[in-house]
Amino acid sequence: METKPVQFKNLSREESYGYDRKTLDYIRNAAAHGLYEIRGMGAKRKLPNFDDLVFLGASMSRYPLEGYREKCITKTLLGTRFAKKPIELDIPITVAGMSFGALSANVKEALGLAATEMGTSTTTGDGGMTPEERRSSKILVYQCLPSRYGFNPDDVRKADAIEVVIGQGAKPGGGGMLLGQKVNPRVAKMRTLPEGVDQRSACRHPDWTGPDDLAIKIQELREITDWEKPIYVKVGATRTFNDVKLAVHSGADVVVVDGMQGGTAATQTCFIEHVGIPTLAAVRQAVDALEDLDMKGKVQLIVSGGIRTGADVAKALAMGADAVAIGQGVLVALGCNGETYFQNGGHHDAIADYNALGTSPGFCHHCHTGKCPVGITTQDAILEQRLSPAVGAKHLKNYLKTLNMELTTIARACGKQNVHHLEPEDLVALTIEAAAMAGVPLAGTNWIPGRGF
Amino acid sequence: MERLTFDLAAQPLRELNTFLHTGAKEGKVGHVSVLNPDGAHNIAVGLDCPIEVEVVGHAGYYAGGMNKTATVTITGSAGTGVAENMMSGKVHVKGFASNGAGASAHGGLLVIEGDAGLRCGISLKGGNIVVGGSVGSFSAFMAQAGRMVICGNAGDALGDSLYEAVLYVKGSVKSLGADAQYEPMTDEDIAAVASLLDQAGLDHDPKAFRRIASKRSLYHWNADANQEY
Repeated sequence: METKPVQFKNLSREESYGYDRKTLDYIRNAAAHGLYEIRGMGAKRKLPNFDDLVFLGASMSRYPLEGYREKCITKTLLGTRFAKKPIELDIPITVAGMSFGALSANVKEALGLAATEMGTSTTTGDGGMTPEERRSSKILVYQCLPSRYGFNPDDVRKADAIEVVIGQGAKPGGGGMLLGQKVNPRVAKMRTLPEGVDQRSACRHPDWTGPDDLAIKIQELREITDWEKPIYVKVGATRTFNDVKLAVHSGADVVVVDGMQGGTAATQTCFIEHVGIPTLAAVRQAVDALEDLDMKGKVQLIVSGGIRTGADVAKALAMGADAVAIGQGVLVALGCNGETYFQNGGHHDAIADYNALGTSPGFCHHCHTGKCPVGITTQDAILEQRLSPAVGAKHLKNYLKTLNMELTTIARACGKQNVHHLEPEDLVALTIEAAAMAGVPLAGTNWIPGRGF
Repeated sequence: MERLTFDLAAQPLRELNTFLHTGAKEGKVGHVSVLNPDGAHNIAVGLDCPIEVEVVGHAGYYAGGMNKTATVTITGSAGTGVAENMMSGKVHVKGFASNGAGASAHGGLLVIEGDAGLRCGISLKGGNIVVGGSVGSFSAFMAQAGRMVICGNAGDALGDSLYEAVLYVKGSVKSLGADAQYEPMTDEDIAAVASLLDQAGLDHDPKAFRRIASKRSLYHWNADANQEY
């Protein structure tokens, strides 16, 4: 008698954990092209993050503030250590450094308009300062990057603060990248590069090699600006405890720590996903470093990398940050990954353009192609018209306003009249990993892993 | 035009730089002498007017950094990053220069009569550099625009990852960096070298120099990938 093999539908189609469909695609892509994948945005993998923390709102043992009526201060001072003219922000939420080149000139202008209305700062990026962003931004932080593209003393003098960029969370140890499609004539001229080259920025500064040199470099920037402007030092999160200490030693007024969820416009995927530590772990290490040096409150800390919501801001502040910087969230507020764009008074479907890139709204990370369907990460003369500065600024202002309302709501619930009074004691963790990284107890216990019982 | 003297043994550097940024711009003082520099860092940085500054002795890091239109002369040697990110004007070192001389200079002329250390002209963005002696390894690394004239020898990896900057060397080159190649000297090259040597006040035969420029093979990721990003 002939017997048929029994078919176990699920067993015979069991996906391998190690060789899942994504990994198979990765290997096939590598085999087809002989070139690693380059993409935009930040780490996509699941990482411990601020969602793994919750606040202990006021109850019997703490006294809350009335959510809508009682005052809750959000004013934030940055650069009080050495600068004659520290930065005063109305809210502790800033716009992270993103370059003209990665973003269109329209977008840079939109960032400035919204930040100015909200009383906060924007930041330049690799490639220099555009007149549009200087005009539109009341407070503009000028980055000094390893490439020094477009870097010049006139813009140093025009800036409100200077940020020496050592690295960024998406690629600590790597330089920027701007693929040829985005190196249009204006971008090429600003960066002194031939049009259309696949631009790879330097990963090290050209004129200093270590923290002792950096101390002299910072002094040079102070001398050039007659000690007026705050100097920030930005590091990608890796050996954050030591790096923050060295930044303080080098004379920074403000340290910016960017975790691995931080975005990029173009970086190797292997770099985005496998180099650096999560923002949650980095904040704790940065604050520990400042406390160890007795510099908490003297040198300010800005945290970035995956800050999306008002709750994220509140948690970063509670852990000891003075302010946050947002990149990807800001772009999403402008329309990144949206199904439509707004032009000539109406919404237009962008889905066909996503499909042409092989993606869909919600999954797009094709900033590196310069073919942004909603006109944000592009230098294309037609695509860039899809985001006007005024429309972008309106949405971004709403987003920043929402974050600030959420931040103050949480602060009041914790009984704080000032968002900077939020403290680690207000937080507990939902997972053992987050408890260990953030250095706050696992909810319902007194246990902080690594610190005994 | 008046002449002024700052003695760094008696006056703080801050006073000198403040004067050079503010008082000097009034145009009454044409020449400033800086005495007893004693290797101080950041002398005469961020100048923005056509004044002449003479540093009598040795300077530390970043002397003449980010210069615009001024002429800074250092009678001794200069530390790391002399004339870094210069925009225009001239910085003239009579002695030797340390690492990263003329780094990312966008314009102007840097003259080093002696030898220069590692990474001379790194990330050069349009400035011109003339070195009377030899340069260390990784000179003109990632240089984007501008010219370098090297009258002595060059170390390893000269012109690594060059963009459009052009290098001229009279002596030996230990090795060229990735994407750098020798190219024939044209009349235009000879005239350019002659002019730069003349501006630097150095006497060499411009025809004795070799031209090094980019192969441009690193400009794009990988031709085989058909640009399928």
